[in-house]
Amino acid sequence: MATRRGVTAIVIGGLIVALGLAFFVSPLASSSPDGLEKVATDEGFIDTAEDHGLADSPLADYGVEGVDNESISTGLSGIIGVAITFGLALLLFGIFHVRRGRDDREPTAAATG
Amino acid sequence: MHVPDGFLNAGVSVATGVVSAGGIGYSLVRAKETLSERLAPMAGLVAAFIFAVQMLNFPVAAGTSGHLLGGALACIVVGPWAGVIAVAVVLIVQGLLFADGGLTALGTNILLIAIIPGWTGFAIFRGIRSFLPGNNGSVIGASFVAAFASVVIASIGFVILYAIGGTGNAPMGTVFGAMVGVHFLVGIGEGLITALTVGAVLAVRPDLVYGAQDLVPGLTVGGPADVAVGRS
Repeated sequence: MATRRGVTAIVIGGLIVALGLAFFVSPLASSSPDGLEKVATDEGFIDTAEDHGLADSPLADYGVEGVDNESISTGLSGIIGVAITFGLALLLFGIFHVRRGRDDREPTAAATG
Repeated sequence: MHVPDGFLNAGVSVATGVVSAGGIGYSLVRAKETLSERLAPMAGLVAAFIFAVQMLNFPVAAGTSGHLLGGALACIVVGPWAGVIAVAVVLIVQGLLFADGGLTALGTNILLIAIIPGWTGFAIFRGIRSFLPGNNGSVIGASFVAAFASVVIASIGFVILYAIGGTGNAPMGTVFGAMVGVHFLVGIGEGLITALTVGAVLAVRPDLVYGAQDLVPGLTVGGPADVAVGRS
């Protein structure tokens, strides 16, 4: 169906944009503390933060363990994250349609809601 | 905005966990009923895109950065149910694999980054659109304002949680002023990114933007159930 191919093309195009941003642009992102961290520092409660329980995970803090080049490490972690997030979300949303079955609804009915 | 473990006490963390589990559970039921097959792959893309863009911290003031939350963006593009689920998936991946956002704070983060900005942003988007002409410009303008406001509202959400169960003893008035002040600036970035992204999808395939489906001839959308989303 032409419409489905159109959506697939857009999803693939969007994924390429996301992967490009994750790999090429994320190493250039600001490393300053974010709004909440900054406020917590200024207001004196940053010390109440506990270390993350998974701080030793191989992807902790958006880097890939063992990759020394910081930009490549950040970029690779971004690619891995985009891929895992997409896969997980697609799995989850795909299940809806498998369970619901492919009934032949009117397009208007399928889009309602 | 990702809240680490320790900022909020156990009671608040459990409470936000319960609220978020309820919100996501309800969204799963509603998304299963209503997510059209056309939009299902888009929901996956929206999650992946938000993961990528959340890595792109932009400077907002001296020594401070911000990044997209994405709740409003997701809900405008794939609807309020699939939208919050998509952002929740991002937060789960970040918390479990990237050590970003605490584990006991996962419910708090789903509430503050997915549900509150998603549903308030979508409600504001709908509200603004109701008195603007039905064209792409209105959708893009409403996206900007809704996304901007959603970040400020989320920052107020944090302050309320902190007032109830913050473990530190920072004075509430100054925490409020500082959080809202910095997230006013972050919100401008959120608005720009959201408007740009919604505009890009609109330009290619307007029927793939849930919040703009009324502009596409032959598609009907927007039963009463869709409007009643701003309850959280």
